[in-house]
Amino acid sequence: MKSATTAQYDLIRGIWRENPVLIHLLGLCPALAVTNTVANSLAMGLATFFVLMGSSLLVSTFKRFIPHEVRISAYILIIATFVTIADLVLAAVVPEIHKALGAFIALIVVNCMILGRQEAFASKRPVSRAALDATGTGIGFLIAMLMMGSVRELLGNGTLLGYSVFGAGFEPWIIMILPPGGFLTLGVFLLAMGWWRGRTEGAQARVRRWPHGVATRRAA
Amino acid sequence: MTIRGAPAWRLVTTLAAAGGMAGLLIVVVFEWAEPRIEAHRAAVLAAAIDNVLASPAHYDTLYVVDGALRETPPEGVLERDLERVFLGYDESDVPVGFAVTGGEPGYQDIIQLIFGYDPGSGEVVGMEVLESKETPGLGDKIEKDAEFVAEFDGVQTPLVGVKQGAGQGDPSEVDMITGATISSRTVIAIINNRLEELGPLLDTYPATVKR
Repeated sequence: MKSATTAQYDLIRGIWRENPVLIHLLGLCPALAVTNTVANSLAMGLATFFVLMGSSLLVSTFKRFIPHEVRISAYILIIATFVTIADLVLAAVVPEIHKALGAFIALIVVNCMILGRQEAFASKRPVSRAALDATGTGIGFLIAMLMMGSVRELLGNGTLLGYSVFGAGFEPWIIMILPPGGFLTLGVFLLAMGWWRGRTEGAQARVRRWPHGVATRRAA
Repeated sequence: MTIRGAPAWRLVTTLAAAGGMAGLLIVVVFEWAEPRIEAHRAAVLAAAIDNVLASPAHYDTLYVVDGALRETPPEGVLERDLERVFLGYDESDVPVGFAVTGGEPGYQDIIQLIFGYDPGSGEVVGMEVLESKETPGLGDKIEKDAEFVAEFDGVQTPLVGVKQGAGQGDPSEVDMITGATISSRTVIAIINNRLEELGPLLDTYPATVKR
């Protein structure tokens, strides 16, 4: 990662290495609640992406004008505005998906991933970097949502995006599209991520460790 | 008065300006979205009426006001705030039945449905679930199980829910879904309760109409 420029790092950081759901464990409420089908995951991921991008751009643009004391109120106001817009647009354009997502669209307001990016990044960086960061984080969130949604729809309904995959002989694992399925799927993903990170970090640590004798020679 | 850092007036004006901009944006989008959302709602309802009354040639909207049916809404009341029933007609303008909506708590959340009722024969002639969050794979069979939905196509009122296979062949029996007893029972209860409320009105129509 050292060879990447700042801009590249801003963009790719959120996608995998600091994935909001799988690494930071932020935005778990929608990740557990609405990932029962790929279509719902996609709609939620895109709506969140839109809100994150809009809020980051505005917060970064107006960061000089927002006094420190009222910054959280201002951020929430900006985020809530974009959520309301997303809610109305989804209801007007894709009413079926809007119905399936229900109250969870409104709850994007309290997705701490979004507020977290404003507080930690957009409010301290230029607009261009905020936009890159929002893109990366938004894509990372979308990827995590789609991973959850694919597994749950495939096992829980035998379909992907509504198309039958396993055929009529498959008995769906109903539990996967119910709330427990969300927890199980997320748990398995976190386990896999933990194992993978443990392996790569272990390898890096072995490389960094000095060869035998170097420390004693230096001390002498 | 000043608060540490920025003066109070700046805090207030910042939030006021942000609030004003937010309001403006939301109103613009709302003005664009509202007619589309309304149109979709109307289309869904029209399709449901068409379904439960087996494609009537046309239908009238009637308003339930003070225990009577009216053809026109009273002055000064928004149409969507009123309780409505829909009277369908066939090609030769003969009434074929009423479409009535209703909702009650099911297993997970309120089940909203619409059903067709023919006062002439006292039969329910069709049922469609408009909104339900019943358990996928179990309770949601009340809308996805074609056999269950077909039970409501010509059944004598008041409905009686019976276990699968336990029916005596009575014309008012509805076979409930195994594993979805509460959801099935709720569907039957909604229809029975709505007919208890509105049945006398519907049965004596058009005598009860106030023009």
